Amino acid sequence: MSARVETPGSAREAAELLASGARVRPRGGGTKWGWADAPVPDVVLSTAGLAGILELNAGDLTAVVGAGTPLAEVEAACAEHGLMLALDPPADGATVGGIVAAADSGPLRHRYGAARDLLLGVTVALPDGTVARSGGKVIKNVAGYDLPKLFAGSLGTLGTIAEVVVRLHPRPGTTATTVGAGDTAALARAALALAAAPLELERLDVRWAGGKGVLLAQAGGVSAVARAERAAGLMRDAGLEAAAQEDDDELWAEQGAGQRDPAGTVLRVAGLPAGLERVLASAEHHGAALVGRAGIGTSWLRLDPAAVDAVREELAPFPCVVTDGPPGLDRLGTRDPALVALERRVRERFDPAGALA
Amino acid sequence: MSLVAELERICGREHVLTDRDRLRTYESDGLLHLRERPAVAVLPGTAEEVRRVVAACHAAETPWVARGAGTGLSGGALPVADGVLLVLSRLRRILSVDLPNGRVTCEPGVANLAVSRAVAPTHFFPPDPSSQVVCTVGGNVAENSGGAHCFKYGFTTNYVTGLEVVLPDGEVVELGGAELDRPGLDLVGAFVGSEGTLGVATRITLRVVPVPETIRTLVAYFETMEDAGRTVSDVVASGFVPGALEIMDRLSLRAAEEATAAGNPLDVGAALIVELDGPTAECEARLENVLGVCERNGARGVRVAETAAERELVWRARKAAFAAMGRISPSYYVQDSVIPRTRLAEVLARIDELAAAYGLAVANVFHAGDGNLHPLVAYDARVPGQAERAEELAGEIVLACVAAGGSITGEHGVGVDKKRFMPAMFSEDDLAAFQKLRCAFDPAQRANPGKVMPTPRLCGEVPGPYREHPLEAAGIAERL
Repeated sequence: MSARVETPGSAREAAELLASGARVRPRGGGTKWGWADAPVPDVVLSTAGLAGILELNAGDLTAVVGAGTPLAEVEAACAEHGLMLALDPPADGATVGGIVAAADSGPLRHRYGAARDLLLGVTVALPDGTVARSGGKVIKNVAGYDLPKLFAGSLGTLGTIAEVVVRLHPRPGTTATTVGAGDTAALARAALALAAAPLELERLDVRWAGGKGVLLAQAGGVSAVARAERAAGLMRDAGLEAAAQEDDDELWAEQGAGQRDPAGTVLRVAGLPAGLERVLASAEHHGAALVGRAGIGTSWLRLDPAAVDAVREELAPFPCVVTDGPPGLDRLGTRDPALVALERRVRERFDPAGALA
Repeated sequence: MSLVAELERICGREHVLTDRDRLRTYESDGLLHLRERPAVAVLPGTAEEVRRVVAACHAAETPWVARGAGTGLSGGALPVADGVLLVLSRLRRILSVDLPNGRVTCEPGVANLAVSRAVAPTHFFPPDPSSQVVCTVGGNVAENSGGAHCFKYGFTTNYVTGLEVVLPDGEVVELGGAELDRPGLDLVGAFVGSEGTLGVATRITLRVVPVPETIRTLVAYFETMEDAGRTVSDVVASGFVPGALEIMDRLSLRAAEEATAAGNPLDVGAALIVELDGPTAECEARLENVLGVCERNGARGVRVAETAAERELVWRARKAAFAAMGRISPSYYVQDSVIPRTRLAEVLARIDELAAAYGLAVANVFHAGDGNLHPLVAYDARVPGQAERAEELAGEIVLACVAAGGSITGEHGVGVDKKRFMPAMFSEDDLAAFQKLRCAFDPAQRANPGKVMPTPRLCGEVPGPYREHPLEAAGIAERL
């Protein structure tokens, strides 16, 4: 059984499709299609017709972007103005709408937050056939409910994001990254020291596989190299062997890539910075490969699907979600029934007929 | 049993107020010209008492309004006549401080500044509204409060990770937690800034961050507002985000100077405060850069604060600007519209035109980095009709900001004050989408009714059959 693909050319057309009575599943670049065990829909709503950079207001640090626009295209346009959309998830073909809907993020999350934090406004097509806009085009706005945050991470279950307004940031001209190697205890110690240090790091990540691991700290700006040296000093104090390097793009691309394994299983652990050693120990114990945001506490474990339950149990109460993974795995684990009931009430209001179920 | 008797049973008689004189304290929030007397004000002492109060209101089908310190400027905590006012000022305990993870958990009545004090000297809580000495964290959550440093650091919503919420039917639910990137809908994000209409937070987990290594603060004086505005644009275009960028115009400078004697000259068109914070090496390099930008834009003088006391004086003058307006005008009306920063000169010119047409003075103090204006319309309520004209002028200013692509409110909230402007910014379908969220949390609309939405609207039943996901039906997965 396969679904019909429709490519609406406007938010209005997308809303008509959602209201048509068909079961619809939106799709951007299709890079995270396997993140939900959804049944085969009647219609796949491709956001390819909702693509394009509609506004890039460099002076205001904002952009208005169609949901189907590949992130790479937005980054290229921003770079011409010395700016960036501070989102760097593994994004081979991923669209801005898809990244927002999945609340995906990458190492820049350390300094700039997640998609929710960079989202100023959304235009959504809703299952009742309407098109609703919320948020605004300015970087500060509290008028009305914050539906942009509600839609970020909703995985398309409330409506289809047609357009987003995002905040942009200046690109740090120079960057330098310190890489420190050591055992789990030293990595965890160094991670906490760096997270507490006033170095204003762009990124602070950890990587672990096969009994070896590194901590990576990136500084940006005119003093990047000097701060990377300070980071190296803190890492050495914590017992790591550390060195700074200026050419670091490849390193960070690898960190992002470590969050994905479309053919395997990835468990995203929503932990805390001081829980890193426990997460590293669990990864080591189960032979998992790990990348993580050391200052945020979120880690991704590439592991044997049979180990998911045990890792969840070891890391409780940290919520653990299966992103990439074979069908049939318990993706979310056990959640508070009162919260689940409230989420259901929200979904019922936006999608009473279950068009996006 | 009557509701009042029930509230007395829950909270103790001494914490339930029905006396007219004692209720007077609670008739207004910071939007002083609007008053409403609630039937009863109740001051619960614990989260459990809050839950029981809300459940009692639900059972009695009585609307209620939560209130923190009452410093809000949009009437968000204006009581409902014949309703219950739920005053959270006794819930002011900091429950835990976890510096390694950068988290503080507290009750809603804790003052904003008390959070920073609890984690000093290594950490701080970035949202810093001018009222931070008294305004409460619960109020900050309700309004998604900002402050002078949010251009760089973001707003309350960027720092709330978890909430214990009493829903309007009296049920308690945990939204979020200490961890970020949790699965499920971002209901923390939806709740923050909902202006007390989705329930009441009884426990709040906040993220705090390390204090910057260095803070450098300077004030530059310009002949014209245009010069100050262009300086802001040039600073931002130079590729970094300062901790704060604030502009005061001639009138607000004069008012603040009379109140604080900070030593600002009175014969300039505008003062620009630039604060750089972060690693020392970065700040010192950027400071040189900013001084150069100020000079190129014709600054008449620049004062760089050399001590903590000097820095504090700069900020005292800025934060006192609102209150100080009382010295040059018997009354004033403040708005907090936002514009895209690049439209600043044009919108300020429009405000000048409008002020002249209305024959009223408008002072401007604003967060220049994020385009959040705070036009203060000065008036004398003793002159018949002037209060109405001031309100009308303020409304024209709001609409001019929306026309420039902006927002009706950057940090004060819609409340009662700005709900009439919501249709200027949002269509009927946009408002209907807001209402879907409201109805999911509060179908009977008893939490802070009459706020945010421009006109009353019903919730109704959820139409049609909700189709259950097969895995949901089997209990295998929740919908996500």
